[in-house]
Parts: sequence; structure tokens; C-alpha cells
Amino acid sequence: MHEKLTYILDRHLKNQGSLISLLQDTQDVFGYLPKEAINWYSKELDIPASRFFGLASFYAQFHLHPRGKNLVAVCCGTACHVRGAERIINAVQRELNLDDLSDTTDDGEFTIEKPACIGACSMAPVVLINGKPKGKANADIITKEIRALKKAGTKDNG
Amino acid sequence: MIDLTIDGRKISVREGSSILDAAKSLGIFIPTLCHHPKLSSFGGCRLCIVEIKGTRNPVSSCTAPASEGMEVTTSSPQIERLRKMVLELILSDHPYDCMLCETAGACELQELAYYYDAKHTTYAGERRKYEKRDNNPFLNRDMEKCIMCGKCVKICDEVQGVGAIDFAYRGFKSKVCPQYEEDLNCEFCGQCVSVCPSGALTGRMWARKGRQRDIREVDTVCPYCGTGCNITLHIKNNEIIRVSSSPDTWNEGLLCVKGRFGYEFVNSPDRLTKPLIREGSAFREASWDEALEYTAARLLDIKNSYGSDAIGGLSSAKCTNEENYIFQKFVRAAIGTNNVDHCARLCHAPTVTALASIFGSGAMTNSIAEIENAEVIFIIGSNTKESHPVVANRMIRAFRKGAKIIVADPRRVPLARFSEIFLQQKPGTDVALLNGIAHIIVKEKLYNSEFIKEQTQGFEEWMKSVDSFNPEYTSSITGVPKEKIISAARTYGSSRKAGIFYAMGITQHTTGYDNVCAVANLALLTGNIGRPSCGINPLRGQNNVQGASDAACLPDVYPGYQSVGSPDVREKFEKKWGTPLSAEKGLTATEMMPAAIQGRLKALYIMGENPVLSGPNTGNTIKALESLDFLIVQDIFLTETAKLAHVVLPGSCFAEKDGTFTNTDRTVQLVRKAVEMPGDARDDLQIISAVSARLGYKLEYEGPEEIFREFREVWPNISGISYKRLNKKRLSWPCTSSNHPGTPFLYKQGFPKGKASFTPTAFAPPAEETDAEYPYILTTGRNLYQYHTGTMTRKSGAIESHAGRAYIELNTADAERLNIIQGETIKVSSRRGSINIEARIVDTISSGVVFVPMHYCEAIANILTLDALDSRSKIPEFKACAVMIDKYNSSPPDLI
Ligand code: SF4
Ligand code: SF4
Ligand code: SF4
Ligand code: FES
Ligand code: FES
Repeated sequence: MHEKLTYILDRHLKNQGSLISLLQDTQDVFGYLPKEAINWYSKELDIPASRFFGLASFYAQFHLHPRGKNLVAVCCGTACHVRGAERIINAVQRELNLDDLSDTTDDGEFTIEKPACIGACSMAPVVLINGKPKGKANADIITKEIRALKKAGTKDNG
Repeated sequence: MIDLTIDGRKISVREGSSILDAAKSLGIFIPTLCHHPKLSSFGGCRLCIVEIKGTRNPVSSCTAPASEGMEVTTSSPQIERLRKMVLELILSDHPYDCMLCETAGACELQELAYYYDAKHTTYAGERRKYEKRDNNPFLNRDMEKCIMCGKCVKICDEVQGVGAIDFAYRGFKSKVCPQYEEDLNCEFCGQCVSVCPSGALTGRMWARKGRQRDIREVDTVCPYCGTGCNITLHIKNNEIIRVSSSPDTWNEGLLCVKGRFGYEFVNSPDRLTKPLIREGSAFREASWDEALEYTAARLLDIKNSYGSDAIGGLSSAKCTNEENYIFQKFVRAAIGTNNVDHCARLCHAPTVTALASIFGSGAMTNSIAEIENAEVIFIIGSNTKESHPVVANRMIRAFRKGAKIIVADPRRVPLARFSEIFLQQKPGTDVALLNGIAHIIVKEKLYNSEFIKEQTQGFEEWMKSVDSFNPEYTSSITGVPKEKIISAARTYGSSRKAGIFYAMGITQHTTGYDNVCAVANLALLTGNIGRPSCGINPLRGQNNVQGASDAACLPDVYPGYQSVGSPDVREKFEKKWGTPLSAEKGLTATEMMPAAIQGRLKALYIMGENPVLSGPNTGNTIKALESLDFLIVQDIFLTETAKLAHVVLPGSCFAEKDGTFTNTDRTVQLVRKAVEMPGDARDDLQIISAVSARLGYKLEYEGPEEIFREFREVWPNISGISYKRLNKKRLSWPCTSSNHPGTPFLYKQGFPKGKASFTPTAFAPPAEETDAEYPYILTTGRNLYQYHTGTMTRKSGAIESHAGRAYIELNTADAERLNIIQGETIKVSSRRGSINIEARIVDTISSGVVFVPMHYCEAIANILTLDALDSRSKIPEFKACAVMIDKYNSSPPDLI
């Protein structure tokens, strides 16, 4: 990991990029922003790690934790909220054994995300499963979808 | 200046002042939540809004600058309504559990809600819920109560220089947290707690101990380091339940983790509560009468058979001036010897001897408060951020104001983060480094010729002595690249407002005396002395080490550094104390140990010291103490040293007595009694006078104040200081009359001795150098959390749970070569002994150098150190000896 980080940081320093672009490059390489990366930059650049985190967590584009193979994004915009996004989230969490503090399953198979309005309010509530939108969703439909993915996953692995 | 009108009153303020500042100077109150006078403004809460004539919307007075002709209204029905709305909005997202909140009664938010009659229900909506709890041992962080004022973020970054926390996320989810919402892992100074306007941040150990009701508050002085921060003890039922510090103290309310959270030892169940007398290998409890009779009888016995000089006394820099004064008087007048010393021998003996011989006084020349206006701060051999944390706060402030910091240390100490130049010299090469810097200053003619001509002597002579220290040569000895030596020399040499700060890294060497001289030479060369914000500043370790030296727990001087060798002086003290006194210089602490082994010293009276851990070469110290016929230890805990005593007398701690401490910048401050002693423990003054009376010498005083009066009668430098004055204001000596304001910096009128001399110093390697068998240099020191031998801090639960394990720091490359992994137990040995200790692999230390903190009795650093002494000041070389490192060998060292 250190080699990769050194490479990213060197390039960043050469181009005099912003911290944001440093974080973007890092996410491009690792798929998310690993703690070790932030701590390492913090030491190298003498900028508190809390500041990096503050910045990274401010922008929705950054992922602070490794993401699962499958992404379940339950829209939490106003329209979806009104139409029961909360119930879907509860169901997904139950199905995947997750709570408000953890959004990726221990086996790294699933990540649940709660984006703000994704611009498909007419189909609210909307859930994106691996990028594919499911409109007029409900807890049952989504649970079924997840179970299907789980099955496929076991097959892949087995 | 800018003229404006606030609420119809005219005022002129400096350019750049905010409206809030202007209002404050008129005594007009404007409510604030996110503003702090010492932090940059944020303007986030909108509580401080005011109306400005001609402007439509109200503005935040904390951020809006005052401008010419402005007419401001600070209160109107409209504004008050808006303020109430702001408060209600905050409250709508607040748990509202004042019933259970630690801060209730002292909460700024609660108070404002009360005045504005702001209720909770108006905007009732969803409330933030944070379930994550922070498990650090010091701070409770209840982020549901956070009102996002940002003060903690700012003080941590701007004042403490840490940046452990920041705003994270956005909108409704935003909160203040460490990276990845981990548990806080910082310096735990608690500055953030002290500025938090709500109950979001509190001390973990405060919980359910009491809030505002039935609490007494006593202002006193921190018992740990020489910085001398002012603290307030909060007492409930004879227990200290909280420590705080008010923003209007000299330390501006700033404390470090020890001062703020290290108070639990006072109430520890391990405190000594009864006198103990040794019987065989065990102790039994005894009555005071028996213990005192026994002590006196044994002392008399030894005095009669071997003479007074067979007895010695070791006093404590933890004790008050009054206790130290009485202790040395007891040793000198009641026992009749000058064998009295204290732990300054182990820390700043070279400072006291060298600076006294050059300038006539061996103390910090300038005050801590002046640091913030320095141009250049040169720190050598001081880990200021950990050993004198609140001094470091001033240095960081100076840095923020543009000062340049130079740090020279074998370890990359935390303050190096703020340094413009960091020099990582090899341990024991300081003379070479300092001479190398002087060489450049001379060569480039950066020196202050006028000052040299008027106030110094021996310049030409001395100049020759640095001639050979060209950058190449200096670099070859110190391992510091020559460019860095040159740039440090230019930075320090070209400033006339440059202060040098040093501590044990300079003094604890066999060349300690020369090291101090080399420091002094630099100040003389540039004339950086005798004015504000410069000087030679030895940062003294213990809370009252300055005072213990002033009060003469030293073998060669009477109180106020008056030589025991001078017949006139002796006569004066004989008259004052009504008894003949010895003309012989006594033994230093480091000489007492060999004297005990050789049988010349038969009895030792130790008050509040723990030489088994703090003295060099532990094996030898134990042997010495065991050779004594009689060892008396007066302490608050059964320390490693007390365990070897024949009689143990339970004394009192700082919170249980009145008296004075003198901090590192010569400032005398009142220590006030806050709680009663546990069990039968006694006031140390009473104990000493009871022993003394039994020896036939009366030491009777009404109390500490009367002792202080006697002290100031014999030492003109403090003759203007009295308890009455101290009650209102701390005073720095010299303070020579009752209306003298005290002396923040010395030598304004030149040196009392006349001209100060340059002292040529030659480089000499440490007493023990590395070789094939012992290839690593060991250096010892302190860490932020523990204090010295840990007698107090290790009895303070939170500190112990956070920093309770001994460790050795070694460089990544060395660890790799030795095949040692992080956290592994390794064996470290020197020619004196060995310890088993956990490896901490770091890149802040150079390859070839290892560091062990001195605090831990499980792995005593001083088992390894050697007792080679500096020939002039008799300080041992704690900072360099040769060791080898092996993988763990399961036979533990068996010394105590
Ligand atoms: S305790 Fe001190 S170092 Fe830690 S977060 Fe608070 S201010 Fe920062
Ligand atoms: S924790 Fe306290 S000081 Fe920090 S932002 Fe919240 S309310 Fe302000
Ligand atoms: S800096 Fe020193 S005096 Fe101040 S709180 Fe810390 S230990 Fe106490
Ligand atoms: S609110 Fe869900 S798509 Fe707009
Ligand atoms: S105090 Fe001025 S905006 Fe908070």
C-alpha cells in the first residue's frame, strides 16, 4: 500500500493539486478511502487526519469504508421518504444484518447506501440495485432481489 | 482608532476590532455561543447579532469589524426575538436532559435558554441521534449535545496544535469527530472541554461526582511540572471531584492532561495513613509517638556515635518552599550537617552552578508569558510539548504570530512539527552543536558587538575555542547536516528577540556544565539577554524545584544561594537560627549513595523523593540505601524507596496544605489547602518540627506563613513578597520591597556581577560510548502522561489506563535488522543490568538511538543508566549510555 500511496502523493505534489484531488486519486485506486491512506498522508503532509476526514465526509462522492460487491442504494430524497424509503431501509438492514453504524456486510458482499434524491421521483420510492433502478419499490420486492443476489454470490464462490 | 456609537454611547477602538470587542470594552453584554476571545472567529451561531443603522439585516457582532461612525444597537425587541429563535432552533435538536447532564448549572446554553425563556418544543422535529460512544479514558463526548459552535475544533488546532477533531459530514448529519469517528487519541489536554458551551464535552471522571450544589472551589497551583499552572479544585465532601482553570489565570485556563485529569491520586486508597516501622522484612503500623520517638532516638544515636556528617537529608521539589526551608534548617541546625540536597541534582544542577557562576543567578531569565512575542525560539534538549505542555502552548502562539522555531533534539519531539529548522543531533554532542552554531555566528559577524563590548568579557579568548567547530567538523560529530547548522545559526544569530529554551537534554550529561555554558555563550554572543522575549531559559522540571533550590536544600548554600563557605554568611545564619552551624560543604544527592556504600553515611532522611527510580544506576542506589543503618522516608505513598525504609512517616500532598511554590520562571504562587489528610497522615511541617524537637532543637511556627516570613528575612530577593500580596497576585523574584512589582525578566540593568564571561567549552564524548557489544545509545526521559517516578500519576486511574505500560522506542530500521516487531517484549541490557520491555517502533528517533521513559517501576530505565557524574555539578549522565538489545529472555530482572 505504501508504494501506491507514495506514487499518488508524489504525483499530487508535482501537480500541486488540491486535497480533494488527492482524495479522488486515492479513491480511484482503492475504491474507497482507506484509513491507512488518510493517516499516512496526515503524517507526510503534517495535516491532521481529522481534517482529511472532515473534507472527505463532506462530499458524497467519497466512500469512507470499503464497499461491498453489491450496492443497494435506497433513495432518501423527500418524495421517496414520504413514500416509505425508511421501511425499505429497515427491511434491507434486517435482511443483511446491518444497523445505522455499519453499512457494509461483514463478508463484503453488500453495501447499503442512502443517497439524496436521485432524480426519479415519479417512480418513488426508488432503489438502485447495482446501478439498476427499481421504481415503486417496497420491502418485499427489494428483499427478494437481495436474496437472489445472495444466491448468485454463493454460486460464484462455490 | 475608530470612533463608533453603541447603544448611544461613544467609544473609540483599535482598527480591526470587532463590534463585539467594542461593546465589551463598554461593558455591554452581547450573548455569544461560538465566539472565544483567543480563537479565530467563526460566526456560526448568530446569537451575537446586532443592528447597524442603515443596514437592513442584523449582523454577527463577533465577525463584523467596527467601522468609523457606525451606530450600533445591541438590543431591540426584533433582535431579542431573533436570538430567542436561534436558541429554540438549537434546543429543538438537543436532548434536553439537563436533569442528568454533567454540565447543568455551568452550561452556557442552559443559561441562555433560561434568560431567553427559550423552550424546547417550538420546532420539534427529528433530532440527531449518535449512538457511537467514545471509549477514551479522559473525555466524555456526547455529540447529541453538541451545538456545533466549533470552539473545540479551533482550540485543539490553533492553541493546542493537535487538530484531533474536525467538522465532518454535512447538513443534518454534520458533527465534530476524529477521523473515521474513531475514539479520540490525542493529548487529552481537555482544552476542548474547557471551552465547550454545552454538556457535549465533559471529563469522564467527573461523572456523577457532583455538579454545582455543595461544591467548594479552591484556587491553587498544579502539583506536577515547573510551569506552575493555576488550577481550581472542586471539592465535595473532602474529595476533589474536578479540576478546572479559569480563563483569567496567567495560563489562560490552559492545562495539560496531568493538571486537568491527574488528580485522583489524592484520594487513592493506597495513600499512607499510619506511620510504619520495619520489623524484619515487613512493616507494622505504629503510633505517631512511637514512630517519632524511634526516629529521633536512632538519629541521636547515630549522631553521637558517628558525628553529624554521617546523616543526610533529601528533600523534595514537590514540597512547598516552607517545607523545604524547614527541612534544610532541620538538617543544618538540628542535625548539624550540610548534607542536604534534593532532586534538582538530577535535573538542573549544571544550570544552577554554571549560570550562577556566569551571571550570578541560575534561573530562567525571562517569563513564560513573554514567549509569545519572541521572534526566534531555539529549543534544545527539551521535549516541551510533553514535559512543559502549557509552555509549549505559548510557543505555538508565538509560531502563529510568526515566530521561527528551531528544535534540536535526538528525538523528533512533537514540537518539531512547528519548527522551521529541526536538528537531530546524536545524544551527548550538544557542546559541539552549540559551538558549531556559534562558529557561524562569529564567522558571519552576526554577533552583537555593542553588547559584547559593554556587558561581557573573555570574547576574544573564547572565539578561538569555537574556531575548530566549522560546519564539516560539527556535522561529523553531531550527525546534523551542515546546511541545517548554518541556517540555525543565521536564524538565531540575526535575531535580537531570540530565546533559548532547554531542559534535561542539556543538563543530564557528564558535560552538563559545559552544555549550559555553551548555551549561555550563544546568548552573550547575540546579546539576547536582559530584554523581554529573549534570554536563557532552563525549563525546570518539578513544580517547586526552583523553590527547593531557593530555600537551599542544597549542600553548599544557605537560603538564597548564600555560600556555607563564607564565614560572614554563616555567622548571620548562626545568629538567626541560634545554634552553631557546620562550615563544611555537604554531600550532594549523587555523592550520598557512594558514601552510604562506603559506610560514611549512616542515616538518610528522605522527604518526598523516590531515588530508587529517579537515581542513576538503580542497582547501586538500592545497595546504598540497604547499606544505611537507618532510613527514614516521609511520603504520601509506599514508594519503591519507602519499601526499603526503617520507618515510614505518612505526609500530606499539595491539596492538603497551605504554602507557596516557585515555578520555573521564578514566580512565587500560593498553594491553598483544599481537603483534609487521609487517616493519621500529618502535615509535613509538623512532622519535621516534631522530630526536631525530640532532637533538642525547636522549630516552632504558627504555620507556613510565619516560615515564609523568616525565609524572606534571610533572602532579600523575596523580601517584598508576602502571603497577603500573593493572595491577590503572583510575584516573580527579585521582588525587594512591598511595592516592588516583581521581575518578569532579569538583567534589565546589566548583570549584578558586572561583566559576564564567555566560557570556552570543549567537546567531550559521553562517559560511555557505544561499542560492538553495546551498540545502541540509550537516552531516557518523560512522556506526556506520567510524571517522574509515577508516584502520583500512576495512582490516577485514567492516566494509568492510558499510559500504564513501559516501552522502549526504537527506530524502524533497527527493529527490522533485529527482527523485532511492534509490541514485542525485548531485553535491553547495559553494563549495569537489564530490563525486559515492550518495543515501540517509531521513526521519530534516529537509528542507533533508543529511548526509555523513566516512569515505570516494572522496567526501570535507571537500571541501565550509569552513575558517571559531571565533575562540576555532580549530575549523572541520564541521557546517554550504551546498551544492547536482544530478543526476550524469559528470566526477568530481579532487583526489587
Ligand atoms: S483533549 Fe486536547 S488534544 Fe484532545 S481533542 Fe481536546 S483539545 Fe484536542
Ligand atoms: S463539542 Fe462543544 S465545543 Fe465542540 S462544537 Fe460541539 S458544542 Fe462546540
Ligand atoms: S503544564 Fe505542568 S503545571 Fe501546567 S497543568 Fe501540565 S503539569 Fe500542571
Ligand atoms: S426523492 Fe427519491 S428519487 Fe427523488
Ligand atoms: S458568537 Fe457571533 S456568531 Fe456565534
